[in-house]
Amino acid sequence: MISARRTMAILRKELLQLRRDRLTFGMIVMIPLIQLVLFGYAINTEIRHIPAAVVDQSNTSLSLALTQMVEATQVVRFEQRFATVEAAERAIVRAEVRAAFVIPHDIDDRLVRNAAIFGSRAPPAQGDTARPVAQWIADGSDTLVAGAIRSLRLMPLGELFREPVNAPAPTFEVTLFYNPAQRTVVNIVPGLVGVILTMTMIMFTGAAIVRESERGNMEMLITTPIRPLELMIGKIIPYIWIGLVQVVIILGLGAVLFSVGIAGSPGTLLLVTLLFIFASLSLGLVLSTVAKNQLQAMQLTIFILLPSILLSGFMFPYEGMPRGAQLIADLLPATHFMRLIRGVVLRDADLADLGPDAAWLLGFAVLGLVVAALRFRKRLD
Amino acid sequence: MSEIVAAAVGMTRRFGANTAVDGLDLTIPKGVVYGLLGPNGSGKTTAMRMLTGLLTPSDGYAEVLGTRLPGNAEALKRRIGYMTQGFTYYRDLTVLENLRFIAEIHDLPARRKRQRIDALLEAYELRAQAGKLAGALSGGQRQRLALAATVIHEPELLFLDEPTSAVDPETRRGFWERLFDLVDLGTTMIVSTHLMDEAERCHRIAILDQGRKCADGTPPELMEKAEGRVVELAGDDLRRIGRELAGHPDIASVAQIGTRLRVLVAGAPTDAEAVVAQALRGQPELSLRAVRPNLEDVFVLATHGGAG
Repeated sequence: MISARRTMAILRKELLQLRRDRLTFGMIVMIPLIQLVLFGYAINTEIRHIPAAVVDQSNTSLSLALTQMVEATQVVRFEQRFATVEAAERAIVRAEVRAAFVIPHDIDDRLVRNAAIFGSRAPPAQGDTARPVAQWIADGSDTLVAGAIRSLRLMPLGELFREPVNAPAPTFEVTLFYNPAQRTVVNIVPGLVGVILTMTMIMFTGAAIVRESERGNMEMLITTPIRPLELMIGKIIPYIWIGLVQVVIILGLGAVLFSVGIAGSPGTLLLVTLLFIFASLSLGLVLSTVAKNQLQAMQLTIFILLPSILLSGFMFPYEGMPRGAQLIADLLPATHFMRLIRGVVLRDADLADLGPDAAWLLGFAVLGLVVAALRFRKRLD
Repeated sequence: MSEIVAAAVGMTRRFGANTAVDGLDLTIPKGVVYGLLGPNGSGKTTAMRMLTGLLTPSDGYAEVLGTRLPGNAEALKRRIGYMTQGFTYYRDLTVLENLRFIAEIHDLPARRKRQRIDALLEAYELRAQAGKLAGALSGGQRQRLALAATVIHEPELLFLDEPTSAVDPETRRGFWERLFDLVDLGTTMIVSTHLMDEAERCHRIAILDQGRKCADGTPPELMEKAEGRVVELAGDDLRRIGRELAGHPDIASVAQIGTRLRVLVAGAPTDAEAVVAQALRGQPELSLRAVRPNLEDVFVLATHGGAG
C-alpha cells in the first residue's frame, strides 16, 4: 500500500530543492548540449590526413608523381622527407609522423612490371615481376590508423601512365543501409543519448538518498510514517522528466546540427527512452543505498559509467567483444538501450523488433526499485 | 500512580566493544516532562533512539505507548514526535514548505493540513517568516520551526534531544513556555539535556552517566537527598586551597563559583562543615558555611562522587 499523498510530498520537495540548486539545474541542460556538440564533431572513425614521411630513394619524376597521387587520397599528409629508412623510423619513434612511405631506387622498373597496372601487357616475367611498388612503415599500435594505411595497399595506379583505371569486377556488391554516406556521427548521436542519460540519471539519484543522510534529514524522515517505496518513487519521478528533456535536446540538436533524423515513430522512441531512464534511476537508487556519502556515490557512478561507454556498443561494436565481455555488457542497461535507440532512430524498428531488450530494461528497473526499497532501512543500526 | 506512557526494562545498547546504554530502567508517567540529564556521551541520545524505535536494543526492551520494542515501530511513528539534536528539516525549503512537506508525510488531509499549519504559524510566531528559507532563520526561529514541524501531527509522546543547547537563555525560556503549553494539552515529553536550568524545569529526571542511571526522581527529591553535603568556603587563596581539597578522600568535588569554593562532601556525613574543616586542618582566615544543594550538586555527586 502506497500513499499518493506522501509520494507527492517527496516529489514536490525534490522539485523545490532542484529549483534552488542552480548549478545542478544548469547541468541538466548544459551536459547534453556541450557533450553532443563536442562529440558530434570530434568523434570520427574515418581517419584523414595522417602525418607521414617520404623516403624517396629513386628521386625520379615518376616517384614524385606517385607521392602526389598518394597524398591526393587525403589519407596521409606528407610532412617530412628523409634520405634513409632509419631516419624515418626515428621520426616514428618521436611521434612526429605515424607512417613512412619508402620508395625504392628501382621504382620505375617495379611499376613497369606491375601486373595490376598493365595487366597482361606487362613485360614478360623475369622471375620477380610480382614485387610490390613501394613500402609503408606504420605505427600499428592504433588499429584505426593502421587500418587507414592498409587501405592504401591496393590503391589503383593506372593514372600514373595515363592507362585506364583498372577497375576489377568486385566479387560482392555491398549496399549500406541507414548510413550510406558512412558518417560516424549517425551512430554517435543516438549513442550519446545512452551515455549522457547513464551519467546524469545515475549521478542524480545516486546522490539522492545519501544527501538526505549527509544533511541529517534522514534522521527526521525515518521517524515519520514514510514508506521506503514512497520515498524511492517520489525521488525518481522528477528525474524522469529531466531525462526526457535531455533526450529532446540531444536528438533535436542532432537533427539540426548533424542532420541525424529520427526514422522511427515518436511513440516507440518515448517508450524505450522511458524504460531506460527508469532503469538508470533505479540503478542509481541502489547505489545510493550502498554509498555512505556523496563522494562514494560519485565513485560508484563512474564505476558504472566507464563500462557503459566502452562496453555498451557506443564506442566499439558489441559483436567484436569476446563472450565474457559480452556477458558483462549485457548486465548494463546502456547496452540494451544502445540497441533500442539505434534501432528506433536509425532503422525505424518497432517494439516487436526490439522486444527482448525492452523487456530486459523493464525487468531491471522494477528489480532495482525493489532492491533499493528493501535495502533502505528505517533504522539507524 | 498515573498511567505509564513509556518504560524501559534493562535496556542496553552496545556498539562493538563500547556499551552506550547499560541496563537502563525507566518509568515515565503520562503528562510529565521527563528529563534525561547527563554529560556528553552518557547515552542520552542512544536511549532516546531506542525508545523511538530507531535503534534496536542489544538487550532488554522498552514499551512505548503500548508498543513493545524491539518490534513493529511503524505504527508508533504516527503517535510520537522526535525532535533531533541538530536541525534536521530542510534548510533549502521555506518555513511554509517545510511544514507542508511534513504535514503531507504524516498524511494529514488537505483541510486539516491548512488548519494545523495556520495554527502553528500563529502559535510559534513564524507567520512573518513563512516565506523565508529555513537556512536563513535565526537560531530561535529555527528551533520554533523544528518544534512546530515535530508536533504537526499532534503526537501523544514527544522526544526532544537537547532542544535548547544551542540557543540563548531568553529563547530557551520562550521555548519551554511552549513545551508547557503542550503538556497542558496532555502531551508527555522526554527531554535529554546537560543543562541544569533545563533539567530543573522537568517534572522528573533521571541522571545518566556512562550509560547507567545514577539517580532518578523529582528535582526537589534529588536535592533533598544531597542535603548536608554542600559547604561553601570564602576567603583568600582559593585556587590553592581548592587544589589541596580536591585530592582529599572525604571530598567528592570542589568547584570555584566566583569568590567562593563550593565543596561537595563524599559519603553521608553527619556534619559536613566539620569534615571540611578537618580536611583544611585549621586555616582560620576561611569562613565555612553549609548551604542547600542545587541540581548541579546533585548531578556532580551522582556522576562523580558516588550517589550513596
